[in-house]
Amino acid sequence: MAYSDKVVDHYNNPRNVGSMPKEDPNVGTGLVGAPECGDVMKLQMKINPETQVIEEAKFKTFGCGSAIASSSLATEWVKGKTVEEALSIKNTDIVRELSLPPVKIHCSVLAEDAIKAAIGDWKKKHGVEVPVSEKASH
Amino acid sequence: MTVKLPIYMDNHATTQVDPRVVEAMLPYFTEKFGNAASRNHSFGWAGEEAVETARQQIASLINATPKEIIFTSGATESDNLMIKGIAEMFREKGNHIITQAIEHKAVLDTCKNLEKRGFEVTYLPVQHDGRVNIEDLKAAIKPTTILITIMYANNEIGVINAIAEIGKIAKEHGIFFAVDGVQAVGKIPVDVQKDNIDMLAISGHKIYGPKGVGALYVRRRNPRVQLSAIIDGGGHERGMRSGTLNVPGIVGLGKACQIAQKEMPEEAVRMLGLRERLRKGLEAKLDEVFINGSMEHRLPNNLNMSFAYVEGESLLMGINDIAVSSGSACTSATLEPSYVLKALGVGEDLAHTSIRFGLGRFNTQEEVDYVIDKMVQVVTKLRELSPLYEMAKEGIDISKMKWQTA
Repeated sequence: MAYSDKVVDHYNNPRNVGSMPKEDPNVGTGLVGAPECGDVMKLQMKINPETQVIEEAKFKTFGCGSAIASSSLATEWVKGKTVEEALSIKNTDIVRELSLPPVKIHCSVLAEDAIKAAIGDWKKKHGVEVPVSEKASH
Repeated sequence: MTVKLPIYMDNHATTQVDPRVVEAMLPYFTEKFGNAASRNHSFGWAGEEAVETARQQIASLINATPKEIIFTSGATESDNLMIKGIAEMFREKGNHIITQAIEHKAVLDTCKNLEKRGFEVTYLPVQHDGRVNIEDLKAAIKPTTILITIMYANNEIGVINAIAEIGKIAKEHGIFFAVDGVQAVGKIPVDVQKDNIDMLAISGHKIYGPKGVGALYVRRRNPRVQLSAIIDGGGHERGMRSGTLNVPGIVGLGKACQIAQKEMPEEAVRMLGLRERLRKGLEAKLDEVFINGSMEHRLPNNLNMSFAYVEGESLLMGINDIAVSSGSACTSATLEPSYVLKALGVGEDLAHTSIRFGLGRFNTQEEVDYVIDKMVQVVTKLRELSPLYEMAKEGIDISKMKWQTA
């Protein structure tokens, strides 16, 4: 299979690889996928409780090149955004940016799930109300 | 010494045609282009002579007689012919066929096809080492069993079955024994007499011969095996396989067998040396690598290894100057991880991380060393990226975690 240049670039130079302490109250962690499916993504965000701005994002991914690229891109995109803005990122945006073929769409879905899971974890820690926009998206 | 890139190490998929084979074939495209079935002129005679030489060369490699060799378009056709041919011919005697879970698709799908046509097929499970359990086989035999078909060596894990033992059981019960010999013939000694094989499928392009040509050994004596043809036409190949003979391809297959027979003793030792160098090199430099299938009963040129916590396709992407295969779902058309590894009881998580190395005649020690270094480099990089590796290092048992599966 031929990969798009952007997938290859993220694979060769993944952005924001790493981990942040899970216990940190300002860090939200999302762990999605399953080893037996061949994809596991861990996405973490450090969110400013005052401004709700995502100040830092880190990922680690077990999966194919497209899964690595999707999560790497997700960390790039969420950085500097507010929680609200990050929640509006759709898997289709990732598909378009990385030119993912149909068989790899699940990688982008997983990345969107990871963003939602990380923010959900942060919200749980802070007892933040779930905004209407997120409810509507489910 | 510098290594020429890319490196080809996928010799279970196909092999480079040996230059000596190409040389032998060339005249049969040009000045010796005759139809081997043309009986009344010298062009035909030259073709026929070349085909008979090839028959002799193939027969000699497997301890058969030339008349027992039928030419086909490849091993998929040979597998189809040996299974459907027996099923059709002996359907009144019985409708039961025994095979096993990790056969090549050319055998499994042929058996599935026969099931739709009223045949009963037993798919024996394999042990964790990838071999058929002989007791399971004995227990599966019924009065209606007409055929046992078990591969000599598996194409993914290189594991060699107890063919002589199975052949003996088949003979004792008066059941035909058909063997897919694609990965074994030319690589390890195969003897149809000693192994009591009644039919043996052979492929050209797996043994440094051309693609599009194969052979089927069909026993003529003790017992005489009769097959129904699956391709009808001019009655070539004793009526078992009609169609004008692919003379250049057949010449190539014959030459490939001749070379294999002559060079096998040395080549097998050299392959084993390279394979062991690869295995030991990887095991010494990487933790949590696992070999899939028996090391004891294995082709000398095969290594199938799982690199825990690193997904196979991403690994292939990192080693893109090395041609190997993966059991990862992402590299298959079906999006399912290898059915072979699954049948061995390899967990799906580890199946996704498997790589098949297939060494061949043209691989060198320098190439093996390059592959070791590159694999170590990429696996290490991807493990730094792997949340599973991180969790394992923290002491978390990944198999006991609750994962949200889609």
